Amino acid sequence: MDITVNILLTIATAATPLLIAAIGELVVERSGVLNLGVEGMMIMGAVGGFGATYLTGSPWIGLLAAIAMGAVFSLLFAVMTLSLATNQVATGLSLTLLGLGLSGMMGTSFVGQPGERLPNLDIPGLTSIPVIGRLLFGQDPIFYISIALTAAVMWFLFKTRTGLTLRSIGDSHTSAHALGIHVIRYRYLAVIFGGACAGLAGGHLSLVYTPQWVENMTAGRGWIALALVVFASWRPWRVLAGAYIFGAVWIGQLHAQAFGIPVPSQFLSSLPYLATVVVLVLISRNKRLTMMNTPASLGQPFVPDR
Amino acid sequence: MKKLLIALMTTTAAFSLAASAEAADKLKACWVYTGPIGDFGYSYQHDQGRLEVEKALGDKVETAYLENVSEGPDADRAFERLAREGCKIIFGTSFGFMDPEVKVAKKFPKVMFEHATGYKTGDNLGIYNARFYEGRYVLGQIAAKESKAGVAGYIVSFPIPEVVMGINSFMLGAQSINPNFKAKIVWVNSWFDPGKEADAAKALFDQGADIVVQHTDSTAALQVAEERKLHGFGQSSDMIKFAPNAALTSLTDEWGPYYISRVQAALDGTWKPDNVWLGIKDGAVKLAPFTNMPDDVKAMAEATAKKIAGGWNPFTGPIAKQDGTPWLKDGEVADDGTLLGMNFYVKGVDDKLPQ
Repeated sequence: MDITVNILLTIATAATPLLIAAIGELVVERSGVLNLGVEGMMIMGAVGGFGATYLTGSPWIGLLAAIAMGAVFSLLFAVMTLSLATNQVATGLSLTLLGLGLSGMMGTSFVGQPGERLPNLDIPGLTSIPVIGRLLFGQDPIFYISIALTAAVMWFLFKTRTGLTLRSIGDSHTSAHALGIHVIRYRYLAVIFGGACAGLAGGHLSLVYTPQWVENMTAGRGWIALALVVFASWRPWRVLAGAYIFGAVWIGQLHAQAFGIPVPSQFLSSLPYLATVVVLVLISRNKRLTMMNTPASLGQPFVPDR
Repeated sequence: MKKLLIALMTTTAAFSLAASAEAADKLKACWVYTGPIGDFGYSYQHDQGRLEVEKALGDKVETAYLENVSEGPDADRAFERLAREGCKIIFGTSFGFMDPEVKVAKKFPKVMFEHATGYKTGDNLGIYNARFYEGRYVLGQIAAKESKAGVAGYIVSFPIPEVVMGINSFMLGAQSINPNFKAKIVWVNSWFDPGKEADAAKALFDQGADIVVQHTDSTAALQVAEERKLHGFGQSSDMIKFAPNAALTSLTDEWGPYYISRVQAALDGTWKPDNVWLGIKDGAVKLAPFTNMPDDVKAMAEATAKKIAGGWNPFTGPIAKQDGTPWLKDGEVADDGTLLGMNFYVKGVDDKLPQ
């Protein structure tokens, strides 16, 4: 029984950063903006989180710093693509490259320094309940934030008027503009929200997952988060499912290897990615449904008086 | 028009002359790393070696490096760029740089090339390596003494000879203490992904291993060991700070002395392509202080390290292959060629080698 709980906890840790970064990007893409800089914002969050923890000694301040770092960094993207109407794909890619380089430079003095881990939740009486205690009441704080965030985004997008407006901007920014909606302002806020989420996801890496700072420690998780948004066809609960399926397949294959199942490890390592491809193929088979979910003006620059 | 052309040509000639005169004063030594120098592991240690060269040879040399160069075709460009930028001696520090380096070395016959952990040489391409397996034998002995379950978890990157050799040596060391010792092996197919390494360590601990060994570069696995109050070994650099209660020792690489001697040879004009394989006795493979273990285990580890430094090879027979067929006869020592191309497990390894 203990091993099952441990496996589930490991899966949750692996899925949490993917989920948070993907939920943030989902809101950005729902507003019609494609930000490929998730990896860059994430690594900036990781270095910011670690740095602030290292300097102040408090991982809670680190957590806030990670969020702030991601948000500030995404502002750069927002100014470029929204105010200056640059190409979103190119700007997003350069944001990733810039983030990877800049974080490496900022983090030189943190290399080789052990970090402080954000403490797990520990509620007397509840956490010690066998099996469900540790799963429900004994995880790291960011895990709870990630679940709450998913629920909040779901509610916001589909149950509030502002959410409806945001989605309408994503579908047709010209119509929204004609109705008098401030397209650029909405998009700014969406991009910053996405950046804050990516930063938090990065903070999870350097404060919970592996409390240390090393260059490139995101190791492509930002890209997986981007794929998850498409995988989920822009629906929050599917992002949640996707992140956990990805985590489960990944952890499952490690256990299969340790158990000694005679399947080539290269195949097992590629399983999570293979699963993503298969689901993408299955989803895109239904053209009408795909069209309905994809924000129609995704990736197109918008200049109000053009 | 013609005059202008001549004038232009002479100025460029003068410029290039000035540039080469300046270059002649200083020897430019360059490094190519596969990871970031901030990995606090493999590439970090190579870069420490580069810094030692700068310190030892001072203003006689100028150094440069490229980090995060992916193994494969991308590496061609990295080596070519350095050769064109005037590097006189170039060190490629990862196995996957072998073929690119062979190719680029042919193109630039006047540049001196060195490649770590490979096996192909050329007229201007030498190879160097460290006998990490010597240290891994000691780790195996410590693991067998310290593990209560008799099971170690082994996190590995890619099935290349270097890694296979390490697994074999570790198992031989462990079996010399406990013949029933087992290792669970997990391939993460990456040299450097802290998250994956941590996940692998958790999976191994969950399945009953109580000691973790790694042939990947980050400190993540050791941190998991610390969290679970179990044990592990550091890799490449001394990782004790990350796991003060869990780290038994770290298998570290010391490239500095070798780099200094090679760059000095290049300065003196005595550089020739070499094929060296340095071990514990040369100081290239070092074991960080033995910690978190009883004194008798410590004494045993120190004695084994000393024995290896004295010339004893962990791959000394009798040793059988995984399927039980004999490999080395009693007293027979494996030759370096076989070790450098090692693609089979020894008896007792509980894994199927990915091909």
